[in-house]
Amino acid sequence: MPKREALAVGLAAVVLVVVLPLCNGLPADTPFAVSNFTINLFGKFLTYAILALGLDLLWGYAGVLSLGHGVFFGLGAYAMGMHLMLEIGAKSVYQSALPDFMVWNQVTALPIFWKPFHSVVFTLAAIVLVPALFGLAFGYLAFRSRIRGVYFSIITQALALSAWLVFNRNEMNLGGTNGLADFKTVFGFPLNRPATQRGLYAVTALTLVGAYLLCRWITLTRAGKVLVAIRDSETRVLFSGYSPAAYKLFVFVVSAMLAGLAGALYAPQVGIVTPAKIGVLPSIEMVVWVAAGGRGTLYGAVIGAFGVNWIQSWLTTSYPDLWLLFLGGLFMGAVLFFPDGVVGALGRLLARARRVVTRRRERATLDAPLLSQAPRGSIRPPGSDE
Amino acid sequence: MNSAKGSIIYLEDVTVNYDGFKALSHLNFFMDRRELRVVIGPNGAGKTTLLDVVSGRVKPETGRVIFGHETDLLPLRENDIARLGVGRKFQTPSVFVNLTVWDNVELSLRRASKGVFAALRRRDPEEERERIARALETVQLAAKAGSLAGTLAHGEKQWLEIGMVIAQDPELLLVDEPVAGMTDEETARTGGLLETIAADRSVLVIEHDMEFVRQIARKVTVLHLGTVLCEGPVEQVQSDPRVLEVYLGRRREAADAVH
Repeated sequence: MPKREALAVGLAAVVLVVVLPLCNGLPADTPFAVSNFTINLFGKFLTYAILALGLDLLWGYAGVLSLGHGVFFGLGAYAMGMHLMLEIGAKSVYQSALPDFMVWNQVTALPIFWKPFHSVVFTLAAIVLVPALFGLAFGYLAFRSRIRGVYFSIITQALALSAWLVFNRNEMNLGGTNGLADFKTVFGFPLNRPATQRGLYAVTALTLVGAYLLCRWITLTRAGKVLVAIRDSETRVLFSGYSPAAYKLFVFVVSAMLAGLAGALYAPQVGIVTPAKIGVLPSIEMVVWVAAGGRGTLYGAVIGAFGVNWIQSWLTTSYPDLWLLFLGGLFMGAVLFFPDGVVGALGRLLARARRVVTRRRERATLDAPLLSQAPRGSIRPPGSDE
Repeated sequence: MNSAKGSIIYLEDVTVNYDGFKALSHLNFFMDRRELRVVIGPNGAGKTTLLDVVSGRVKPETGRVIFGHETDLLPLRENDIARLGVGRKFQTPSVFVNLTVWDNVELSLRRASKGVFAALRRRDPEEERERIARALETVQLAAKAGSLAGTLAHGEKQWLEIGMVIAQDPELLLVDEPVAGMTDEETARTGGLLETIAADRSVLVIEHDMEFVRQIARKVTVLHLGTVLCEGPVEQVQSDPRVLEVYLGRRREAADAVH
């Protein structure tokens, strides 16, 4: 990793993992206090950032656009949610060991696929492995059949739609349209206690840092270069002796795992998991985060996920009608005017500013040939102060 | 036809059928090791299809394709064939524009495994660096090693792709119209490059430019309607009445090009 990036990542990690939770611990009337509401909101944004990292690895590097990552996010969220539902136990409204919605639907015994989620270890494994295995199966079929480009995007969108339909059905015993909610504790810690939320936030922030380092490591290896090569010319990759399908499958599975992890961290912090997080629309929103932040940089994806959602939470409370217009405008703007996202646009602006400064300096030197013989640094041309 | 012994590539009775159009029709073709062969023929004669069959992109309806002594190429995929030692240079330059010239060659290097997990591990950089540098030296792009491949000129991209294929260390090199769109000077340099490469490997070139064919060719194969029309030294092929007829029947200027 370049030194500057390592420094920036280290700094961001300290702020996110250490400083913010510490400030959250301060009494509310002190100047640097961070409210419980904010820490919870940021925790949610950071789970989105984890997902965006995987999506950027897949889209920004390998050029594979998935419009179905809400599904993997949902798989992780539901796996976690199922464990949280079982943790409620008899403290539920109906005071049954079964989740409330099952009592409501007149289900008398816990369905067999719910039973392993009593186990913490199984749940922790499932939040990564279920999305991974599902991604592996789906990706294997798609990439082996050499489905690529817009065709791949379309079938992932179909996947999102069908998953949304499936999770909406009451017969699935996953809570139907209402999803899973009313969680009381996470691994024994009460969710209504600020310290628990702070802990969840800290775990999310740590996971984000870990996910960033994992993705950056991948991009710096030869495998990472193969991913960029696939985006440039899949045929050349194939005729260079690599199997593009294997590399795409690998990165697809990694991104599915990150999405599952993100979903699992989302569930206890937001307190509800519904099919609305799985469908076509949320999956497209995820792509917008990456596009707006800047593709193929990793940090762009993090900035995009954080920034877009922050604006969303502000707009939906202050100007609720504007949000969808803004989202649509953002996507069109990203496509038409800044295809490399905020990060790329800022980079270009900076480069232009630097060029203007150098040009002015050169002109100043030409205008004053005699002065140019003066000792270096003693006379500064106008506009060169940095 | 000769036996497969001693040949680098051997095609027997190969037919490729595109929805009723026979791109190759009962084609028999073979090349000796260390041979530099040029294949010519009018448009639609099946020249590129021949390369597609050898490199695994197109699977023929019938026939056998044997690489080296006895490797049957038909059940293999493109990347497996490439790893066996068949390199292919495409007609339009196909390089990784978002990677540096150096990285382009690095990815192409022949290595024990090109799997994902091997690519995630570290490897011996010293020996690799030498091989990359040598390939760049051969195509005279060493000075541009750090530039993005997308910033290269058309001719340079063509040479980079040749350098990448050389880095694969193939026994057989398939080259599709390497000088299309090149200046005379670039064409001459490319010809020299191919002759250098042919010193220790087999090279199969498809070409339209007869000037260029005369520069590099020792033996020429003329394809017509998916089969071999005739084969031999350039001078002999150029004066063959069947070749003249094929080109005359198609296009006048093509006939002029042959002469």
